[in-house]
Amino acid sequence: MTLTQQAEAPRTAAAVEGRRRAPVRLGTTGIIYLALVAILVIGTVLVAADGDNLLAERNIVDMLTRSSVLGFIAIGQTLVILCRSLDLSVGYVAALSSLVGATTMDGDPARVPLGIAAALGVAAAVGLVNGLVITKLKVNAFIATLGVALIIRGYLDTEYKGPAGSVPDSFQNFGYTRIGVVPLSTAVMLAVAVAGIVLLRRTRTGYRMFAVGGNDEVARLSGLRTDRTVIVAHVLCSMTAGAAGLLLASRFSTGVAAQIYSAGYDLDSIAAVVLGGTLLMGGRGGIAGTIAGVLILAVLDTVFRLLQIDPFFRDVLRGAIIIVAVALYARRQIDRHAVRARFGKHGRAAGGQDAPRPVIPEARA
Amino acid sequence: MSHPATSPARTNRSAAVGRSALDLFAGGSGTVFALLIVVLVAITFLNPSFAEPPSLMAFLRNAAPLIVLAIGQYFVIVSGEFDLSVGSLVGAQVVIAAKLIDGEESRTWGVIALMLVFGLLVGLVNGLVTTLLRVPSFITTLGMLLILAGAVRLWTGGAPTGALSDSFRQWGRTGIDMPVVRQLPYALLIAIALGVAAVLLMRAPYGRTLLATGDNPTAAAFAGVRVWRVRTLAFVLSSLMATLAAILIGGFAGVSAQVGQGLEFTAITAVVLGGVVLGGGRGWVVAAMAGALTYQALERLFTQLDMPTTARPALQGVIIIAAVAYAARSRGHRPPPPAPAETANDPVPERVG
Amino acid sequence: MTAADSPLLRMSGVSKSFFGVEVLHSVDLELRAGEVHALVGENGAGKSTLMKILAGVHRPDAGVISLGGSEVHFEHPLQAQHAGVSTVFQEFNLLPERTVAENVYLGREPRRRGLVDVARMDRDTEALFDDLGVSGIGARTRVRSLSVAQQQVVEIVKAMSYDARIISMDEPTAALAEHEVELLYRLTRTLRARGIAVLYVSHRLKEIFDLCDRITILKDGSVVTTTETARITPDELVRKMVGRSISTFFPDPLPGAELGPVRLAVSGAGNDYVDDISFEVRAGEIVGLAGLQGSGRTEIAHALFGVAPFTRGEVRLDGKPVSPTSPREAVRAGLALVTEDRKVEGLALNQSVLANARLVLDAVLPGAAGKRAKAIPGILSSLELTARSGAREVRYLSGGNQQKVVLAKWLATEPAVMVLDEPTRGIDVGAKRAVYELMRELSARGVAIVMISSELPELLGMADRILVLHDGEISGELPGGVDEEAVMTLAARPMTAEAAR
Repeated sequence: MTLTQQAEAPRTAAAVEGRRRAPVRLGTTGIIYLALVAILVIGTVLVAADGDNLLAERNIVDMLTRSSVLGFIAIGQTLVILCRSLDLSVGYVAALSSLVGATTMDGDPARVPLGIAAALGVAAAVGLVNGLVITKLKVNAFIATLGVALIIRGYLDTEYKGPAGSVPDSFQNFGYTRIGVVPLSTAVMLAVAVAGIVLLRRTRTGYRMFAVGGNDEVARLSGLRTDRTVIVAHVLCSMTAGAAGLLLASRFSTGVAAQIYSAGYDLDSIAAVVLGGTLLMGGRGGIAGTIAGVLILAVLDTVFRLLQIDPFFRDVLRGAIIIVAVALYARRQIDRHAVRARFGKHGRAAGGQDAPRPVIPEARA
Repeated sequence: MSHPATSPARTNRSAAVGRSALDLFAGGSGTVFALLIVVLVAITFLNPSFAEPPSLMAFLRNAAPLIVLAIGQYFVIVSGEFDLSVGSLVGAQVVIAAKLIDGEESRTWGVIALMLVFGLLVGLVNGLVTTLLRVPSFITTLGMLLILAGAVRLWTGGAPTGALSDSFRQWGRTGIDMPVVRQLPYALLIAIALGVAAVLLMRAPYGRTLLATGDNPTAAAFAGVRVWRVRTLAFVLSSLMATLAAILIGGFAGVSAQVGQGLEFTAITAVVLGGVVLGGGRGWVVAAMAGALTYQALERLFTQLDMPTTARPALQGVIIIAAVAYAARSRGHRPPPPAPAETANDPVPERVG
Repeated sequence: MTAADSPLLRMSGVSKSFFGVEVLHSVDLELRAGEVHALVGENGAGKSTLMKILAGVHRPDAGVISLGGSEVHFEHPLQAQHAGVSTVFQEFNLLPERTVAENVYLGREPRRRGLVDVARMDRDTEALFDDLGVSGIGARTRVRSLSVAQQQVVEIVKAMSYDARIISMDEPTAALAEHEVELLYRLTRTLRARGIAVLYVSHRLKEIFDLCDRITILKDGSVVTTTETARITPDELVRKMVGRSISTFFPDPLPGAELGPVRLAVSGAGNDYVDDISFEVRAGEIVGLAGLQGSGRTEIAHALFGVAPFTRGEVRLDGKPVSPTSPREAVRAGLALVTEDRKVEGLALNQSVLANARLVLDAVLPGAAGKRAKAIPGILSSLELTARSGAREVRYLSGGNQQKVVLAKWLATEPAVMVLDEPTRGIDVGAKRAVYELMRELSARGVAIVMISSELPELLGMADRILVLHDGEISGELPGGVDEEAVMTLAARPMTAEAAR
């Protein structure tokens, strides 16, 4: 542990001069929003060349609508990834909660609050199980959430052969109402995102998540109950997936299973989180970046639809973008690994200047 | 640190030295053999004809592709990485084979060679992006999954076209006719041959280097191991195994757009069921193969129990979690893994002091 | 001295054994409010164990600790912290990705209406820093962008923020370059002025004489003496720390062993960490590298081995110029490096003894590995690792046996030059003796050995010549068998003279 941290010597002298202000340097979140703007501009130009307008109202609505479901899920996924965990069950939780929500509401407007509560409650319970299996049974998060996903799938496939329940018109508004160009669902998603940002930046729970993901041992030595933090993250993650399920139920006007869980939300949400600059290994990142990651994916989808590009090409490009983005982040990480050199290029020189850290070329993850 | 429940002999999972039967049934990889036997006995109890050679052979033929995939995934997991791209690689390879062979017998071998080259390339890209560009393998292979799935459907316009030739399909569906077992499936022979090769490879310098790299990449680098090469080769092996599995699956199950979907998770599950530890450095390739066989046997057991097919995943989920939790328990209270930056991500020897 | 009369902390009769080996024997220690109290001793004298007992990491087998007059028992580091005893360990306990303020208040962030009051947290942090006279560290700076010295300061400030009355620091300057030390000095002096008792573990004589009011000397788990700094000279201090007959413990060179031609020749070599390094090692010779932590010893080993290669100068091996840029090339050239940290850099702990022992062969010479590995059982048994233990996973071995596995791994490559970085760190006396005997045997076979060690007695007892490093450069060369004071004087070069004044 000592080793790396000792190595993390100052990047520049400027880094330590400023009393309050960190040096003016674009953070990862800044870069990802810049990339979002760049993609919007390029997309607008390309679409314009094709004789259409990307920024037309219907297209903006399309982009925002696309981003809301994945947005909900990715917000939760951000929390667990920050804790150095992972959730592969989110797609199944969304499916489950759409069915629980729709069957509980059963077309009755008066039962809407009950349906929402039931759906989110069931989702929270799944998250609790995920968290307990990971922390108490010490099962790797990958296997634990995959196992829970399979369990939910078995239940769904057995209990629900097709769509079930129905959503009253009043709740369908959640899926279709708009405030100006902003769909209600997107507005709610963004509100949840803001809540998540507050959670991470302004609550002890959020601080603990960063600590647990950053270094479990340091967190423990500082007296944090690390297990509890991981469990809370998983419960919240499942609840946002549950919210996504409710949104889908309102759009389908009923609860469905396979259509939701085979849509690939699990991997997509992880991709969006990582695209947003959160470290897969935990401890660094945030929801603002994740939202940008989700929006980038949505903009690409819309641009491709307008340009009538084969939807399959979208997958190809998406895969490539994710890899390239993470490779670029990795580059930045390496840059930071500057170490203090005692001697300059030609021997006895001023000490304390930056030099690239010695790297065994072989030793890489 | 040493826990009463974990005496050295019990947890010795090293393949370097001969192991006694006792070793097999103890510790992490022992679980899978015990479980396999229990499941097989249960199936036989429910359906005595299962133990008859012909039906046993049919079972093994069905299990062969997953065993092959598990061998490939084992190499990657034991080196400390993941390969999520194998499922879509299987799908891509089957579609490629169908489209390029297009029913022509004469093209069979040429296309198989081409598939192997393609598999090699995919593995090389996975490996080099992960090691040289330092992208976590979870992301690299997830990206590869999306790229392959998209590219293949793009190429075929959504629905696979063409047809496989009989000489291509024989590997997955037929075998050598002989008494007692009626037909010895090629798929089984291929899986056994690859299994033997894998065991030999793991006993060869490369195998030991691979294990050491997954265990402690920093120490491996100090010992002169070219960590990036060792890991890249593991990805290449995984992709080649996926290609061979694709040949078997294509022959057996035929061509559809869904071939291979979700197989990456099944393969990882099988390997983990075999007591191989995610994170690298521990596990026996034979146990990984047994994990694949156990997975298939469980599916078979569920059929035998007349369990609705739809409920099977649930039971699989329970069993996987239970098996891994049990293995984690029997490993005892090990110290928490060191922080990510040092071990997983950045095994660069640092200067100390 | 300004100290109050009644001690703030009193440890009396503290004993501690690990696995039947007594590391602390009835130690008495008193800390007074407002003093900086040095705890010195050789490696293995028991300083760390004593600190860890104070910190609540270990519990003493016998003895009483009383704080402000009442007896205390710490079960957990947090308890000690809440009682006002904070410890700054050598391992950093900071989250590099979080800001200074977030680290200082981790787990007890100030809140207002349920939310973390970031502004107040930052203000409080800056107030803490201002209060202690530290400037230049912003509350919102990420810890990763701080220098090592500044991180050390953050740790101390964090310790202070628990209203500590006692702060113990384990070699706080070990990782610091000389010009960084001043920051720490100032802080420590401020603490003293506040009436805080500082327990200061260090190897650097200058710091001890500059900073500390009293000194407690530990040797072999017992207190030699506690004295006012003014009443002892650096020479006396070193003598009291060491003072043991070494000749009996170290094996003599084997009969007939003599120095051969030069095998390793380094001239004018340097890189970012060391400069102007020139020395030769003959066949059959053991050359010691001495110096304080951070003086460049390990860096020379890493440079020779291609980890962080020399960027200037020349290295010749048996007359041929070599410039390995990776360990692999170094192994091919005939070099071997027994690394400083066995567990992190030396062993794959979940693999068997045999697998570890043949790893270098497997990795570097796979073609010949099978043939050359046949020698491994012999090597293992010559190191008294039985063949039966070959299948055992390395993590179950004792430290001494683990080290033997590392040695076996390198012996299997039949190196021409062997660099041993702290070859006996953390291993028991029997295993140490085995390592020494092995070194003698290798010498007799004509291997050139470079030995790096923080334990002066073993350098003096084993090396034919000793090169002393200071701040990245060779500050002198001494023949083997000189006294420790001579080495210490060179290692701490500019300091002792000044301090003695």
